[in-house]
Amino acid sequence: MTSNIVEIDNLSFGYNGRVLHKGINMAFPKGKVVAIMGGSGSGKTTLLRLIGGQVKPTKGEVRVNGQVVHEQSRDGIYQLRRSMGMLFQHGALFTDLSVFDNVAFPMRELTDLPESMIRDLVLLKLNAVGLRGAYKFMPTELSGGMARRVALARAVALDPSIIMYDEPFAGLDPISMGVICGLIRSLNDALGATSIIVSHDVKETFLIADYVYFVANGEVAAEGTPEDLMQSTLPFVHQFVHGEKDGPVPFHYAAPDYRAQLLG
Amino acid sequence: MINIIINMVSRLLRGIGSRMIARVWRLGAGTRLFMLAIVYSGESFRRFHLTLREVYFTGVMSLLIIIVSAFFVGMVLALQGYNTLQKYGSSEAIGVLVALALVRELGPVVTALLFAGRAGTAITAEIGLMKTTEQLSAMEMMAVNPIARVVAPRFWAGVISMPILAALFSMVGVLGGYLVAVPLIGVDDGAFWSQMQANVDVRADIINGVIKSVVFGVACTMIALFEGFDAPPTAEGVSHATTRTVVISSLTVLGLDFVLTSFMLVV
Repeated sequence: MTSNIVEIDNLSFGYNGRVLHKGINMAFPKGKVVAIMGGSGSGKTTLLRLIGGQVKPTKGEVRVNGQVVHEQSRDGIYQLRRSMGMLFQHGALFTDLSVFDNVAFPMRELTDLPESMIRDLVLLKLNAVGLRGAYKFMPTELSGGMARRVALARAVALDPSIIMYDEPFAGLDPISMGVICGLIRSLNDALGATSIIVSHDVKETFLIADYVYFVANGEVAAEGTPEDLMQSTLPFVHQFVHGEKDGPVPFHYAAPDYRAQLLG
Repeated sequence: MINIIINMVSRLLRGIGSRMIARVWRLGAGTRLFMLAIVYSGESFRRFHLTLREVYFTGVMSLLIIIVSAFFVGMVLALQGYNTLQKYGSSEAIGVLVALALVRELGPVVTALLFAGRAGTAITAEIGLMKTTEQLSAMEMMAVNPIARVVAPRFWAGVISMPILAALFSMVGVLGGYLVAVPLIGVDDGAFWSQMQANVDVRADIINGVIKSVVFGVACTMIALFEGFDAPPTAEGVSHATTRTVVISSLTVLGLDFVLTSFMLVV
């Protein structure tokens, strides 16, 4: 019996003739916070979409709770998704619903709970992210950090066993970043869930992740605990972790000879 | 030289071919969305408040533009109609002219055109923005089907709203025509109403008008929904989709009106 709740096995994916992933293998053990890191456009978010069954791999497979995602029927995928929660990059809150109704949305849609119980559960979830007092607000009245926290409360509304985070720290001020960082870890531990974080924010991710995968050129370039990766001598990992301008990922995009281009 | 001509012709043919394929693809995708909206309609009726909410946004919010337009259309019809009818000494038939023009044609057609401009664009922009801001993806990831939750209630709201709006349009138009014909021009009050009552047939005129408005409701709402769903997730994409909604809906309504009228006159 495997303890990995999500497994990615020899996965390849591409579209419009562009290859995004080439034989990726990853494992996400139960109860852990696992991060997928890499530069922009390296296909990190697409990996989350593959886990959620929104796109199908061209080769290989993703298994969630031992079930191959792309082999499931529409109902099967929806059944799998009921055990997942996802925090989108900008929250993706429903702008026509209040904060309360946003968090209540999955409960109303997917359960037969009475309204009184939904009310208590929503306040409980909002309290967990520190926004019980903002339950009447509309999404347009929230700051970026608050919207992300409401989206987090909505993502964990049905106590999922897998929580996926797409760039949870992007565009946040340091205080909001710290709050989200702490919430990801504490909610994961409180719910006994497995968290998958897609991010390129090294400091925050290394603070809470148990294990990290680095994705580059469609492959897993490196993997290990944050401590291992901080010490890594692999050129790509070193450049990424220390934010160096030049290295295996060049500063200059491929271009013709500078002198020749200037002189016409 | 021959090579250049061959290249130009082949490029032209390829361009025409690719445009045709894109059009056929969009037609197929729109039809598929329509079928799915029907298949996943259960939710819209089980939780009718979802549909009612959309009836408010598409129907009730369109009332003002429909009523004001209908009033002016009715008044202009009466003016123009009287101007022609009096030459033939049949100015009492003004009531019939206004009513038949409204119930048979202008009611359903102008309502559909105004609906496409007011509610259709709102539907496209809303769904396009929901796509752009990942709200539809979020719904999918929550195991909630966006077609059942977003598309179907809006579709049925449009289908329900359109005949009611068209009926209101005709009613207010007749009232506008009455105000111009009777108090302003001086046509006999009794002749205005009695001629209308005698010559407007429920089956041939009113029911046919209702059938038209239901068909226009299906077409306009589905076009608006599809354009929103198919919009590229960018500001430019949503803006183009909104424009396409108005253009395609208007042309579809006018084309369908001709086809439906032909069938109705033959049958």
